[in-house]
Amino acid sequence: MATASNTPQRIVIIGATSGIAEHCARLWAQQGASHLVLVARNQEKLALIEQDLQVRNPALHIRCQTGNFTDPASIQQLVDSIANEACPDIVLIAHGTLPDQSQCQQDLAVNAEALVINGLSPVWFAEAFVTRMVAAGRGTVAVIGSVAGDRGRKSNYVYGAAKGLVTRYVQGLQHRLAGSPVKVVLVKPGPTDTAMTAHLKHQGAKLASVEEVANSIVQGIGKGKPTVYAPAKWELIMMIIRHLPRFVFNRMNI
Amino acid sequence: MKVSSWGRLSQDKHHVISLSDRHQAAGQIQQSNPGICFGNGRSYGDVCLNPNGTLWQTSSLNRFIHFDEQTGRLRCEAGVLLRDIQRTLVPRGWMLPVTPGTQLITIGGAIANDVHGKNHHVLGSFGDHVHAFRLLKTDGTLLDCLPHTDLFKATIGGMGLTGIILDAELQLRAIKSPWLTTDTIPYHSLDEFFELADASEQAWEHTVSWIDCLSGSQARGIFLRANHADAAPAGKKAPSAKQLNMPLTPPLSLVNGLSLRPFNELYYRLQARKAGAGVAHYEPFSYPLDALQHWNRMYGPRGFYQYQCVVPRTNARDAIAALLDSIRHAGAGSFLAVLKTFGERPGPGLLSFPMPGATLALDFPNKGSKTLQLFSVLDNIVREAGGRLYAAKDARMPADMFAAGYPNVPEFLTHRDPGISSAMSRRLFGS
Repeated sequence: MATASNTPQRIVIIGATSGIAEHCARLWAQQGASHLVLVARNQEKLALIEQDLQVRNPALHIRCQTGNFTDPASIQQLVDSIANEACPDIVLIAHGTLPDQSQCQQDLAVNAEALVINGLSPVWFAEAFVTRMVAAGRGTVAVIGSVAGDRGRKSNYVYGAAKGLVTRYVQGLQHRLAGSPVKVVLVKPGPTDTAMTAHLKHQGAKLASVEEVANSIVQGIGKGKPTVYAPAKWELIMMIIRHLPRFVFNRMNI
Repeated sequence: MKVSSWGRLSQDKHHVISLSDRHQAAGQIQQSNPGICFGNGRSYGDVCLNPNGTLWQTSSLNRFIHFDEQTGRLRCEAGVLLRDIQRTLVPRGWMLPVTPGTQLITIGGAIANDVHGKNHHVLGSFGDHVHAFRLLKTDGTLLDCLPHTDLFKATIGGMGLTGIILDAELQLRAIKSPWLTTDTIPYHSLDEFFELADASEQAWEHTVSWIDCLSGSQARGIFLRANHADAAPAGKKAPSAKQLNMPLTPPLSLVNGLSLRPFNELYYRLQARKAGAGVAHYEPFSYPLDALQHWNRMYGPRGFYQYQCVVPRTNARDAIAALLDSIRHAGAGSFLAVLKTFGERPGPGLLSFPMPGATLALDFPNKGSKTLQLFSVLDNIVREAGGRLYAAKDARMPADMFAAGYPNVPEFLTHRDPGISSAMSRRLFGS
């Protein structure tokens, strides 16, 4: 397998069992990455993904790891243990859930859980990895946010607020790291055809293919773009939605 | 959600359950009965449909499991696309031995329809290269199926009705390069076609022909034959993976009485100019239509049928002539028309489609009863010749036509899973 000299060698994926993350991993495996660390909660599913990637690239060194995603101390420990081995070239932070909005409104425990796993947890991972990358003087952290974070909407503002937090946090990191060799990329996928959105499909929503989204993400990370909408058309759609005057927006059932 | 198959003849509501991984599938199918597996939706008719019922979508079961670089044995999940296998392993010198005219189909679909390719006379059909698969019954039992066992033979070409294929072990073939040496020969009669086909069997692995469906029994067409090349030809580059797209469905079929004759004329002339030896990369040679996404939309909002039959060798010439005359008489058909011969080998499945003889495949824009009437005329010719129709393409054949063409139906039915039903199974078997 051809390995270009600028191919990222060490890649860490947090939330590696997510559909988008798995397809990004396939692309990196194909492109000739040398080391892959896959972190997720479900060990059984991780094993399936490891087998698959190993067939795609037999030379790839793959390590699977499970961990606690909601406790800051555990996250710090996890990041340190990975970075102590060797500082990664790319970290993709991809974990998350799509909570039920009405349940979040009725049950604050569910609400809190959704905000932690989709908002706080990703930025804790990002902060911890950025610290190590700054020390190493290189690396790219990509965090998966969402178009839902661009404007609060009644259909999913709890999820949207968590992703909005990710957006602001990454903005801050990008400001802090401006001019440094360490890059932080914010990825904003539109609704994508994965296990997480299976119920949306039943409602007739048009979803982007996960292959297409992963392709945009891997390319965007390769170019070190600060914000990657995937697919790209969502940049335009969200620009319009962000700028709709309130009297129009409030009439929309979205 | 509304689901269509490749022919776009219907858009019925289905309850779609996406099987997420092979460990969880058993739990996922328990919640709903009866259903049928739906892979990448490339079957033309209703073999993969179950209106108002359940579809188990297998496209997320798309993981490789193991590949042995020494023996070429690949184990993978049932939703893996043939294209994914080829693009991953062709650069490492391995290729699927048998593929149909598209590689955008799943392994599960390739097994359930026992698909064939242009090299049937050398390598048989897809099922001939399956070492094993795991079959999940809707009662929750998981069975390892091996060749020459009854359930294996029932499942190869078994239209998904014997259980849910979760994963399979396939034999790949070693190749020296992804290139083919080709030979293009225009022909001007059916006799000439059959002579070419016979003469090419020994020395050529791939044989196929395009036929002008309006030329009747005075058939003209283009015969194509190819062999795998040992090395990449100098100065040739692999084609780009870029796909064109048919972005919307035109209000009328683009293939119609006005366009068909001039198109066939043009196509024949262009191809005839390429007569002689050439070199082609396997992707554009084997899967030319894969380069145009959603090409099925060109037949307009009413969709299209594909009619694919096979007739035994002894009656082949006369039967094909009679079919072509009927089609010309009706002025129907499409420029997508294929005539080829199958080799002398028994099919691996109870309901395998190929038999020694000649197969004709044509698209027909859906013109309602007019099209269906033509099909019953064609059916009679096929039945009289002792032939049969291909279930993977079919959306309308009568049950007695199927029973007449497939003598193993009674044995097959003993292997059906009672928790599985499709529009096709209800049409052909009453349940």
